[in-house]
Amino acid sequence: MAKLYPAKPEKVYFFGTCLIDMFYPEAGMAGIRLLEREGIEVIYPQGQTCCGQPAYTSGYHDQSRQVAEAQLDLFPGDWPIVVPSGSCGGMMREHYPSLFAGTAQAEQALAVSGRVWELTDFLLHVCHIKLQDLGEPIRVTLHTSCSARREMRVADAGPALLRQLDKVELVEPERATECCGFGGTFAVRHEQVSAAMVSDKVKALAATGARQFATTDCGCLMNINGHAEKEKQSLSGEHIASFLWHRTHAEPEKSQ
Amino acid sequence: MTVDQTFHTRARESLANPQIRANFRNAMDGLMNKRTAAFQGWELEELRTLGAAVRQQALSRLPDLLEQLEASCERNGIRVHWATDGDEACRVITELCQQHQARHVIKGKSMVSEEMELNHHLEEAGIEALESDLGEYIVQLAEETPSHIIMPAIHKNTGEISDLMHAKTGTEPRRDVPYLTNAARQQLREKFMQADVGISGVNFAVADTGTLCLVENEGNGRLTTTVPPVHIAVTGIEKVVGSLEDVAPLLALLTRSATGQHITTYFNMISGPRPEGHLDGPREVHLVLVDNGRSEIWQDDELLETLRCIRCGACMNHCPVYTRVGGHAYGTTYPGPIGKILMPHLQGLEKTQDLPSASSLCGACGEVCPVKIPIPQLLVRLRREAVDGDRLHPSVVRGHGVKRRRLEALIWRLWAWGHSRPALYRMGLSVANRLRFLQPRKLGAWTRHRTAPVLAGKSLHARMARRNGGDA
Repeated sequence: MAKLYPAKPEKVYFFGTCLIDMFYPEAGMAGIRLLEREGIEVIYPQGQTCCGQPAYTSGYHDQSRQVAEAQLDLFPGDWPIVVPSGSCGGMMREHYPSLFAGTAQAEQALAVSGRVWELTDFLLHVCHIKLQDLGEPIRVTLHTSCSARREMRVADAGPALLRQLDKVELVEPERATECCGFGGTFAVRHEQVSAAMVSDKVKALAATGARQFATTDCGCLMNINGHAEKEKQSLSGEHIASFLWHRTHAEPEKSQ
Repeated sequence: MTVDQTFHTRARESLANPQIRANFRNAMDGLMNKRTAAFQGWELEELRTLGAAVRQQALSRLPDLLEQLEASCERNGIRVHWATDGDEACRVITELCQQHQARHVIKGKSMVSEEMELNHHLEEAGIEALESDLGEYIVQLAEETPSHIIMPAIHKNTGEISDLMHAKTGTEPRRDVPYLTNAARQQLREKFMQADVGISGVNFAVADTGTLCLVENEGNGRLTTTVPPVHIAVTGIEKVVGSLEDVAPLLALLTRSATGQHITTYFNMISGPRPEGHLDGPREVHLVLVDNGRSEIWQDDELLETLRCIRCGACMNHCPVYTRVGGHAYGTTYPGPIGKILMPHLQGLEKTQDLPSASSLCGACGEVCPVKIPIPQLLVRLRREAVDGDRLHPSVVRGHGVKRRRLEALIWRLWAWGHSRPALYRMGLSVANRLRFLQPRKLGAWTRHRTAPVLAGKSLHARMARRNGGDA
């Protein structure tokens, strides 16, 4: 079924995700700046913590609901909620309704979930962003997270954005649609299987000849970068928002 | 030794075996490509939606359809037997064989017969059961179990099969597929002629006409169900559909999803024993309907979706975990994603406790499932059952709560406590940011294969708070 996109709004809420908050705040800032450059006022609710997914996929739904419930009141206005992650976005959009079904928050959760958008999808299809490449010629590859691809169904957005950059040569890795092996707690519960998966992913990305990759999710980033670094591969990645911002922003980035 | 204790061990062994890794990778790559090609030009989403609806509707009428199937089959001269579990089904089949003084049984491919370990039961009764599907035949020669539900011997390459057949049947040690296939065919042809009873599975049991549909490629299914004087079909109760019209979309989905074929070489529609005056066909046809835990699954609206499965194996072919560890690592009759959501019901969560977590929830299985079983969602459901993680939804699966550990539950409670108090969360984050030089470089399983992620100097919260404070 075709997705219905809203008109470009005046304001959006930004749900930064806990991984970005802790480890990759620059990716969150890049996402916010890209939105602001499109003339959108970005509201960052200071009450946000985590979407609740880690406990959800581990089976601890009471705890997941408790944390998710604490997020529901953060978006009182009728603005879209933009999330720089297919995974956290998928949790909020696809799983909040069933997580809260039959509770007093059911209606609120349903309303929130309907307003959740993944960042690249939002930039491309709602903001109709036009990117102007200011960087040096470079070859990059992209890993689209499984949740962005299969849960949020936004796999077209990342490549479309990167192709707007005329000095960026985007190369597709072999088995592009295959999981990198992160899967949250899966990476430690089934460490050998996960390690085999990320090892193959790093090889596939490196085999494209690109030294840099972009990804839509910081879980994949942490996994792929971490393995590449451990294996001393000359491959490093960043969140696609950071990559897009750096390529299209003239001023050297300030510390804020 | 339980399955769960060995999944990790077996997975590790498979991962360390380059032959297994290569055999599965190559085979799964080929199957994925074939499937994609076979659906070219089809409105796949619509077809999958139809397939899912057909199966879901059949399940919603399951008790009625089963009664109708029984009546239609009996009308056609097919004798129907009911079995609540695998042992009862084995007993029924063994007794039928004994009534006909059967010594030799020839078998077509049937996963439900694997599920109930029929061959083992027959052997104990002194009845030789020979598998006639080429893959099953190889697996039987090797004294192994199938590693894939459609391609049971997919874990072996030509060289390994050649060596096996040479050792067990005296064929020449040639790595020549047509030669080996032909040799197996010769050996099997003899057995078809000698067999007293043929046992087959069923792909679709049609309630209103009493027709048993059997999909196959080698003609062994046709021979098994027509040459011996007695044919016993065995199937899980969920395989019933309302009418022949329902079969069309399911068949279109099944062959393309499984092997990338537009149609299989054989499609058998069995509607009864040999009529009076006819020269061929079995004199007796029996249908054994096996429950074995299925009616329990059926009682839960969410878990019921598991029963929509038409056993195509596409979820395995597309699973990054299955592709790497292979079918035997699971230690269960049905491996891969469908195994992870089905086996906990058949064996209880105690014996399968590490299967639901053995997934990155990448969703590839759900994306290709021809009847749209939400496999990732069902995996999450079973994870919840395994830890009794939801007070609003009491667990129902046998062995629920088996993975609940006090320490882990406490950690999640603390996590929830901290993450549902924003001020506390921000304070904790701020402290962590400042003390990040204390961050451990080793984080157990994570850092055995990766470097540790580095805590940022200033969180996104802090950056945005400062910015909104006006000094950005």
